[in-house]
Amino acid sequence: MVPFAQCLENLGYQELRAERIDTLQVNLGWRCNQACRHCHLMAGPERPEQMERETVKEVIRVARRWSIPAVDLTGGAPEINPHFRYLVDRLHGLGVHILNRTNLTILLERGHEDLPEFFRERGVELICSLPYYQEETVDRLRGPGAFQKSLEALRRLNRLGYGQPGSDLQLHLMYNPAGAYLPPQQRDLEELFRRELARHYGVSFHRLYTLLNMPIGRFQDFLHRSCNYEGYMGKLMGRFNPAAVPGLMCRFLISVAWDGRLFDCDFNQALNLGLDKPLPQSIRDFDLQALEHRQICLGDHCYGCTAGSGSSCGGAVVR
Amino acid sequence: MSHYYEEQDLERFQEIGKYRPELYDNFMNYYQGVMAGGALTTREKALIALAVAHTVQCPYCIDAYTRASLEVGSNLEEMTEAIHVAAAIRAGATLIHGIQAHNVAAKITI
Repeated sequence: MVPFAQCLENLGYQELRAERIDTLQVNLGWRCNQACRHCHLMAGPERPEQMERETVKEVIRVARRWSIPAVDLTGGAPEINPHFRYLVDRLHGLGVHILNRTNLTILLERGHEDLPEFFRERGVELICSLPYYQEETVDRLRGPGAFQKSLEALRRLNRLGYGQPGSDLQLHLMYNPAGAYLPPQQRDLEELFRRELARHYGVSFHRLYTLLNMPIGRFQDFLHRSCNYEGYMGKLMGRFNPAAVPGLMCRFLISVAWDGRLFDCDFNQALNLGLDKPLPQSIRDFDLQALEHRQICLGDHCYGCTAGSGSSCGGAVVR
Repeated sequence: MSHYYEEQDLERFQEIGKYRPELYDNFMNYYQGVMAGGALTTREKALIALAVAHTVQCPYCIDAYTRASLEVGSNLEEMTEAIHVAAAIRAGATLIHGIQAHNVAAKITI
């Protein structure tokens, strides 16, 4: 296997650098009410990692100090963090665009039932995990009952105006394959999801994003257990698409871990692949000038973001 | 070689082009043209290919078009239905040939 950095070098990239920082992607913790079989962070109900109040305050300080346009909240289930609402409120007060990555089922859990209204009042953009439009596939990946709960949450959000045609309350779905294969073309799959979810369940949404399963965390365990690892990595490398490189998400965001450490992306966070020294290592030392054109730390998992149409937290990179 | 069918041989397909490469190139151009989206979508074509793969009972094609069908968003319900279409046509073809048997029997019996 050709190392990813070598593959880029063959294309003329001596290094890969960030273009700017449009987004702080904040991982509020690895605790989750679900334990999905593809999760790159191995998140679950027993995980202790949670962002503390002081770190949350640092995120707010950085967003204000450096006028960061967008903050993208993720986890685990970010809503579980006890400081979640405090963070959203403060960011909203600053006029920051807030994106929240929700697994949907958390919105039905006790103590979180009023979150849809909370999101609506603050104009939070929602990116909702839904790996397929059929129950069997979703429940296999996310646990028994996950599909019906997700639908119930989506219907609640739809009733509030989220995901409705012409509505400013943005609701997008996030698809990932249910195994060791690449995602379909985003546009085609979006059409299929829209038709099937409307026809069978009366659910609507704005956009569908496709995300490739990264060969790390629980998904990597699956690949090894099922003897798919080599084949999958070979496929990612074989489908390397140079056109995806300029749009890689690490070039436009920085990832803040639950403990405040900085990473190029959530995947590097999962792998504990920190920023190169002497770059600032923590949100406490954040310095936009030092970080916005930083050199990206690469690994072979990066083939996952450049295969086919490319993959990112905003879906396909090449459209 | 431990089996007539080796999984990794699928990746060696292009080795067929070592001899008479112009024929291989012609085939590949035709193949890629056929499988690209047209009046039918790539999703529909992958399901047809999967069904045909079962009728020709080619393990390489079944492997390739199971993966291809999943990669264009199809599910096992749709894939199984496509395989049933292939099976039904095969069964129907077998049964219609039964008329030949009847005809022969009619001809030679009193």
